[in-house]
Amino acid sequence: MKKGIPNPKANKSILIMTYALVGVFVCMIGYFGCFLQWKSEDVINNSYNARLDRFADRIVRGEILSNDGKVLARTEVSEDGTEVRRYPYDSLFAHVVGYSDHGKTGLESLANFYLLSSHMNLVERTMNEFIDVKNAGDNVVTTLDVDLQWVASDALGERRGAVIVMEPDTGKVLAMVSKPGFNPNTLGTDWDVLISADNTQAQLLNRATQGLYPPGSTFKIVTALEYLREHPDTWPSYHFDCDGLYKYEDYKISCYHGNAHGSQDLTQAFANSCNGAFAKLGLELNLGNMKTFCNQLLFNSDLPLALAYSKSNYVMDARAGSWEILQTSIGQGGTQMTPMHNGMLTAAIANGGVLMKPYLIDRVENAMGEEVKKFLPTAYGSLMSADEAEKMAALMRTVVAEGTGSAVRTDAYTVAGKTGSAEFETGKETHAWFTGYAPAEDPQIVVTVIVEESGSGGQIAAPIARRLFDTYFSR
Amino acid sequence: MINIIIEVSKYLMILLIAVYTYLNFSYFRLPTGKREDWQQDRVCGRQNAAMFAMHFLAYVILYLKTGDERMVLFYLAQLVFFVGYTWLYRLFYKNVSRLLVNNMCLLICVGLIMLTRLNFDKAIRQFMIVAVSALITWIIPFIIDRTWQLSRIPWVYGIIGLLLLVVVLLIGNNSFGAQLSINIVGFSFQPSEFVKISFVFFVATMFYQSTDFKTVCVTTAAAAVHVLILVLSKDLGSALIFFLAYLTMLFVATTNWLYLLCGLAGGGLASILSYFLFGHVRTRVLAWQNPWADIDNRGYQITQSLFAIGTGGWFGMGLYQGMPYKIPVVEKDFMFAAISEELGGIFAICVLLICLGCFLQFMMIAAKMQAIFYKLIAFGLGMVYVVQVFLTVGGTIKFIPSTGITLPLVSYGGSSVLSTFILFGIIQGLYILKKNDEENYEEGNT
Repeated sequence: MKKGIPNPKANKSILIMTYALVGVFVCMIGYFGCFLQWKSEDVINNSYNARLDRFADRIVRGEILSNDGKVLARTEVSEDGTEVRRYPYDSLFAHVVGYSDHGKTGLESLANFYLLSSHMNLVERTMNEFIDVKNAGDNVVTTLDVDLQWVASDALGERRGAVIVMEPDTGKVLAMVSKPGFNPNTLGTDWDVLISADNTQAQLLNRATQGLYPPGSTFKIVTALEYLREHPDTWPSYHFDCDGLYKYEDYKISCYHGNAHGSQDLTQAFANSCNGAFAKLGLELNLGNMKTFCNQLLFNSDLPLALAYSKSNYVMDARAGSWEILQTSIGQGGTQMTPMHNGMLTAAIANGGVLMKPYLIDRVENAMGEEVKKFLPTAYGSLMSADEAEKMAALMRTVVAEGTGSAVRTDAYTVAGKTGSAEFETGKETHAWFTGYAPAEDPQIVVTVIVEESGSGGQIAAPIARRLFDTYFSR
Repeated sequence: MINIIIEVSKYLMILLIAVYTYLNFSYFRLPTGKREDWQQDRVCGRQNAAMFAMHFLAYVILYLKTGDERMVLFYLAQLVFFVGYTWLYRLFYKNVSRLLVNNMCLLICVGLIMLTRLNFDKAIRQFMIVAVSALITWIIPFIIDRTWQLSRIPWVYGIIGLLLLVVVLLIGNNSFGAQLSINIVGFSFQPSEFVKISFVFFVATMFYQSTDFKTVCVTTAAAAVHVLILVLSKDLGSALIFFLAYLTMLFVATTNWLYLLCGLAGGGLASILSYFLFGHVRTRVLAWQNPWADIDNRGYQITQSLFAIGTGGWFGMGLYQGMPYKIPVVEKDFMFAAISEELGGIFAICVLLICLGCFLQFMMIAAKMQAIFYKLIAFGLGMVYVVQVFLTVGGTIKFIPSTGITLPLVSYGGSSVLSTFILFGIIQGLYILKKNDEENYEEGNT
């Protein structure tokens, strides 16, 4: 019955295949090990991972701290073991720190994994696990500055709006305020009112990152940048005569309160925020290129931001009619953006065109204060060339030195910025915008302000920025 | 107090399976031959001890966590089965490979522990299937030893296999977008699991007859039809298993590198082609490349699996401490993730190594068989087994795109369990055949 061995090399082939398969398995086990050791932490820190909540059975949620170690959120454990999350500053950090009881938002969501991990001494931790005692979770040290946050909140007062303070060269977010707010300590009792259909205040919305507003004249930054790109040599010779009302075909564009700016070049038109000049300038732009540029500036796309945010919209394309062009060029029309996005564009201009990713967690420490993990600034990429950023910086400087930004004009430091007064509904006051940075020659902070339905950017928003700059540079 | 027991047990279980795995590989270093049999017996005896201790600890935890008395009864039933199976197999077949029997029991044991935790009713069902399969396949070594005719009927295997696959393609139940199973008298039956075995027999008998160019062409064509039908049924994992098993068997039968390289090139080309041709292939690849982009839909299963594995870490969350049930179809395709989450990454790697140990055992048997027919059978079944393990584990940990394949003996599923029992039974038969031959030879000489 035995035929012998037709292929004398069969065993060698088997050996080769065995080695090949063992090799594949070794690779796979190596991959698995790498994942467990190094990659898993980043992967499981995800709001879709329901398992993290289970960590709370074994770990007391860690504290959230300001950049100088003040407690923004802590868990208090009473004698019978019940835990309460406390926010010592009440509503001051409501949106950015967030809450952890009715779902998780803000930093409570972002840092959930770190807060529920413990890096105490391994022996102690294991002992505690055996005797069923909860370990203390790690603390998260944020980039938030209590003084700036307080000033921003105080300056905004009872008005609706948002304020963001960032470092342009690192991306650190120093303050983030959204009004109206809520008190996270009483969220349980207030919850039904906050989410009821009759409530039109939207207190839970973080306007800084999720509020979408027409950018108004702050969008002239984008229009002007595109014009600089298309006319690199001839832009200084742009000229427009403003009589307060620009007519084109059947359409009319008026300047703020019908002011006649007279003879304007591009720099003057930008400084005075002359609508007529920019509407006419918009008609000369290549709309396809404009759209491409806007997408490059992160309109209609994801922001490099870990907090929950809304995407900004820019809808105009090459088929647009005259009215849409006139409106879009001055920041009205279909364009909408978040204050955070506006702040990021300003930060990129202040930083030579390079956008640093905004971040809020500086480091993670164990309960003894020993550093567990440090986060370093990372660049997102160039939104524009260094040359374009420099030209835009010069334009923004004149806004403060000679134009609508007089409220932040001071001898103490130099500010570059842009005001905006965005119309959103006929017959209502405009949204007041200001976005800018200081010092102009060596930018250290970016401040972006929006105050809803309040008046002009120069009169309402810029003074709020002034208080923040004053606070920052007075120490 | 209960907490201490559970925590200690968790670490002890990892230690025990590590010891078991170590013994499994130390076995390969032992000198072979009749005189050293007692050494092998000692290793296998220690393996049994480790496995039973681990099994006991697991059910202690399961009982403490649920307080369900049925756990105790179920544990005892399993204990009786494992003791009975290992003992009776040896009683009936003197020359059985104890190592393989042990590995089978261990994999079943791990599977049942995890299934009990996930779904008690399914665990009971699985146990029944295991018991029945064990009973049925017990006879296989006996048949192998006495039926040389098995090597003479290639087209019987080929035609039966193809017919079964076509039936599934035409009237199969649709589950998760693939036609996999048919219903027979109330049982859902997954023919491709069995066709894997008939396919290996088909290829082995063909190449046993001849390995000339004409036979190679005919066999390749028949193999290609198998693969094509599976691709049309959207059963991509099985298609890949058949393809790789065939290609490597061809290589062993001929040691022709040209065939192997052409085959691999053809396979690569076909994969690229199917990527552009079939939407379901594209879906799988995209879900693998970036599951986070579509975490609510296509990426859901794999991301949940990664959460499970990552959250469990090296030592696991402990039984009932994780959320393996969050992974869709966890008890079939994603058992490896469930094991990793609750019993630990180390434990999961040990399970993987034990599967690899089975494969090495298969290859040793294949190398020792004299007749090319048996050699090819052992090798082909080994490949079918190991590729299956690779696809399921690789898919679970996002090493490769997920293909929806079960982990043999560990995952829930009747067809999978029965066909794996048949597969191991055949290999066991070859091992016994070889041992008997050697003994006859030695007796003849003395």
